[in-house]
Amino acid sequence: MKKVIIIGFLGVIAYYLLSAFASIPFGADLIKGVKDFYLDKSPNDLKVANVVTSIVVNFRGFDTLGEVTVLFLASTALGSILYRRRSHDSGLNPQRTAPEASALVQTGAKVIFPFTIMLGAYVFIHGHLTPGGGFQGGAIIATGFLLMLVSYRKFFIEHNALTWIEAIAGSTFVILGLLGLVYANNHNFLENFLPAGKLNDLLSGGIIGIIYVAVGFKVGAEITGILDTLLTVKETGLDPEEN
Amino acid sequence: MTHTEIILTVISLVVLIVAGFYAVMQKDLIHAVIATSVISLVLSLVFYLLQAPDVALTEAAIGIALSTIIFIITVRNTKRFEDK
Repeated sequence: MKKVIIIGFLGVIAYYLLSAFASIPFGADLIKGVKDFYLDKSPNDLKVANVVTSIVVNFRGFDTLGEVTVLFLASTALGSILYRRRSHDSGLNPQRTAPEASALVQTGAKVIFPFTIMLGAYVFIHGHLTPGGGFQGGAIIATGFLLMLVSYRKFFIEHNALTWIEAIAGSTFVILGLLGLVYANNHNFLENFLPAGKLNDLLSGGIIGIIYVAVGFKVGAEITGILDTLLTVKETGLDPEEN
Repeated sequence: MTHTEIILTVISLVVLIVAGFYAVMQKDLIHAVIATSVISLVLSLVFYLLQAPDVALTEAAIGIALSTIIFIITVRNTKRFEDK
């Protein structure tokens, strides 16, 4: 009975998906729409080489602010569920649940870690020139910290520093938006008010560079905080050696 | 797309489906998690071949590394084998 219901439900979903996809002219030459406006305006007026970034930050900047907020809320919720007690407040010794990694993993992690951070920083600093951006760069940085977290049992993240990074990066985003309200030509929230510069220069695209550096720091700090919270036991009773 | 790219995309999609079935059928949850990370790896290749490098970067960083490790932490803190 349960399987019949599930199959029927999947059939309904498949029917609606199929009818939606059938209306899209696959293989047609050009789909008319707003894309021509984006493709024309991004390199010519806004001087952003990466059109995807230009859409995400310039035309859909408010959505990006919403995404950053969603990630912040997810990280806060996870922290409030899993975070037990601050180690230096209570004098408790934070414990990593994982066993000690082998010497091979530890040495490899030590070698790869700085380059991972550098790659992440490159991706978000060059967000308006090459593929990638704040979210991708932040995720790559968090991957580097993850490598160190699983390799070394004594590698702990300072949560106060993460809090400050998140606060400063988030406020930078909102303050840039509010400055757009005052100084930009059309007085819109998150509108570009800095000079656009020359196409393909590092200092081009106005506020995109600054916003993506802020988003990169924020996403990196949030995901690193989530991973550290998940991997660390902050209670005295849970000693991994005993389990 | 050139012929090589089309062939690569088709092979990747086949691997993707096989890995997806393996992830669903497998009773050992760690193996299933690794299969989902293989899906992410192949999917990021497909995104790259379909000329969406931004999405490919996101899928590579989030799908392969971060979500896999979160699943592994969860499996290790709960049960490794799926019940009947």
